[in-house]
Amino acid sequence: MSSVVRRQIGWAVAVAAVPLLAGTVPAGAGELSWSAEVASEVRVFPYRPAFPRQDNDALVPSISVEPEIVYEWNNRDDRFTFVPFARLDAGDDARSHLDVREANWLHLDDDWDLIVGVAKVYWGVTESRHLVNIINQTDGVEDVDEEDKLGQPMVNGNINTDWGTFGAFVLPGFRERTFPNADARLGGPLPIDDDNATYDSGAEERHVDFAARWRKTFGDWDVGLSEFVGTSREPRFIAGTRNGESVLVPHYDQIDQTGLDLQFTGEATLWKLEAVTRGGQGDRFFAAVGGLEHTFFGAFDTNADIGLLAEYLYDGRDEVGAPATSADDDIFLATRLTLNDEQDTALLAGVIVDRDTQATLLTIEAERRLGDSWKLELESRLFLNVPSGDPLVAVRNDDFITLRLTRYF
Amino acid sequence: MPNALHHKPRSSAMLAQFGLAAAIVAFSVLPATAQTPEEKGRTIAEEVDSRDVGWGDSTTTLEMILSNSQGETSTRVLRSQNLEVNGDGLGDRSLTIFDRPRDVEGTAFLSHTKITEADDQWLYLPALKRVKRISSANKSGPFMGSEFAYEDLLSQEVEKYTYRWLRDEPCGDLQCTVIERFPVYENSGYTRQEVWIDTGEYRIQKIDFYDRKESLLKTLLYSDYRQYLGKYWRGHTLVMANHQTGKGTTLKFADYEFQIGVRENDFTPDRLKRVR
Repeated sequence: MSSVVRRQIGWAVAVAAVPLLAGTVPAGAGELSWSAEVASEVRVFPYRPAFPRQDNDALVPSISVEPEIVYEWNNRDDRFTFVPFARLDAGDDARSHLDVREANWLHLDDDWDLIVGVAKVYWGVTESRHLVNIINQTDGVEDVDEEDKLGQPMVNGNINTDWGTFGAFVLPGFRERTFPNADARLGGPLPIDDDNATYDSGAEERHVDFAARWRKTFGDWDVGLSEFVGTSREPRFIAGTRNGESVLVPHYDQIDQTGLDLQFTGEATLWKLEAVTRGGQGDRFFAAVGGLEHTFFGAFDTNADIGLLAEYLYDGRDEVGAPATSADDDIFLATRLTLNDEQDTALLAGVIVDRDTQATLLTIEAERRLGDSWKLELESRLFLNVPSGDPLVAVRNDDFITLRLTRYF
Repeated sequence: MPNALHHKPRSSAMLAQFGLAAAIVAFSVLPATAQTPEEKGRTIAEEVDSRDVGWGDSTTTLEMILSNSQGETSTRVLRSQNLEVNGDGLGDRSLTIFDRPRDVEGTAFLSHTKITEADDQWLYLPALKRVKRISSANKSGPFMGSEFAYEDLLSQEVEKYTYRWLRDEPCGDLQCTVIERFPVYENSGYTRQEVWIDTGEYRIQKIDFYDRKESLLKTLLYSDYRQYLGKYWRGHTLVMANHQTGKGTTLKFADYEFQIGVRENDFTPDRLKRVR
């Protein structure tokens, strides 16, 4: 972990030096700005853990800090962004961690832009699963929804043409996924030996990955195509031993993945599809998420909007050669309530149900601004009806509710 | 969007080319012997529109001050960039970046207005770095919890309404002509609006908004008009009062900058994630 952070700081310094060496930073001509968010939260685990190794923590407090420092110059066409992140967690040493979310130099030009350094990229349209979004590694200790990402070193150029926007990515330096400690809540049945992760590639985490992206709007249609060749962000687990103890060793395969994301924006209905085909983990497989989001604007003669979301999740991956997924044949149903009030109060409640095992993940996310600079959030992840054959069995008693208060500076 | 607070052009690039001719037409028709009230109303709307052609691009910063019936206030700060687009059924493009409140800092909203079709809109969510295409059916919803609906802030193309001239009357120190306009786009929260336009410079001075039940819902007052490039007028203080809730929203614009050469490419969904 600390070597990763050290390497990222090295990146940050190198990236900062590029424009300095190039002499494009006229002294005093730029503009420095900063902001920060500081969050304190408590996670409530109502049930005793499923595995004897896990501590029976019922209340786990935690704090996190994420400052953002930005320096802009050259008429704001050049920008250096630095976003470190730190969390201190009372229940899980692994969740107490540091990361460099962003440390990059961005140059904007008329029809192209270039980013060099540690950055974050998001691709995709669906809500229940983000199949196409492959550039950044998941920061798995943050949450179970895979939406928190680690910073990824990259050189990324994008060009805007009449035929759409084309992007090319060179990704030197792989980030391993983070996992909760085995003795903490959400730790699972066996320790994950992430100090001894294995790789298909002899270059291991120094393997250079490549990606390309094309995106274009055709009237009501937004279409994206992407290709990724390199180290899988999703590890497989291989049974092993460490000091005579059974462990799971993450293994990172070399894969290639082609992705499609598609949205049709109708009157009040958004139709969404993400599909990928991936080779390199057992037999080549196909996975897709598709569905719709329909919104009743100004529902019941109020200012509130009520959205109904439904998606079907399919994943045809190999049971032996590919990482396990619970989203192989699932249905996602959710409702989004947006009050459109002064405090931007919003609620999203949904379930993902496995059609085969009936294992159910119930998610509730609610938020409301307090005053001008505070936000209160409530999140719950409940694992219901999980039979022994479903991958969710590892966390079946670790249902939790998070209450978070964030101060913005 | 907020830029739309003034009438955005298009509809007739012809009028852009022949502003003088348009003015002559407008003045010659004001006596309106042969015009129906509907024709006269539309002619006035076209005149307002034609006087705002050719501004190219603009940027400004605005404060949005929300107040409730107890007099408590909260403030939002936004930056707005606008690009004039002519022809082909396309309207102007606007980019709005949220600076305050801080929890939504960096959120950006991109709108491609269309003359008759539904607008295209995208939202950028900085926490996830995600650009989302959103439905533009949300015309009547409140913008950022304020008393301004999206439709109040988006580009006011001539073809988005039908019109009827009502009367001429004094408005403060000025002389105004009063027209009704009826939204023809779908999902409007209004049956009609009454618009006061000064006959000296053809600037909107006041709008009364009538809800779907035909009751007076809101009144918007424009003031502190300043002229740019010797031609284009912009109101710098807009006060919206909701008569049914007692709530209000004041928009205070800082100085505009015109024709600074914003990039067309900055008004694309791909660039939205680079906006700051």
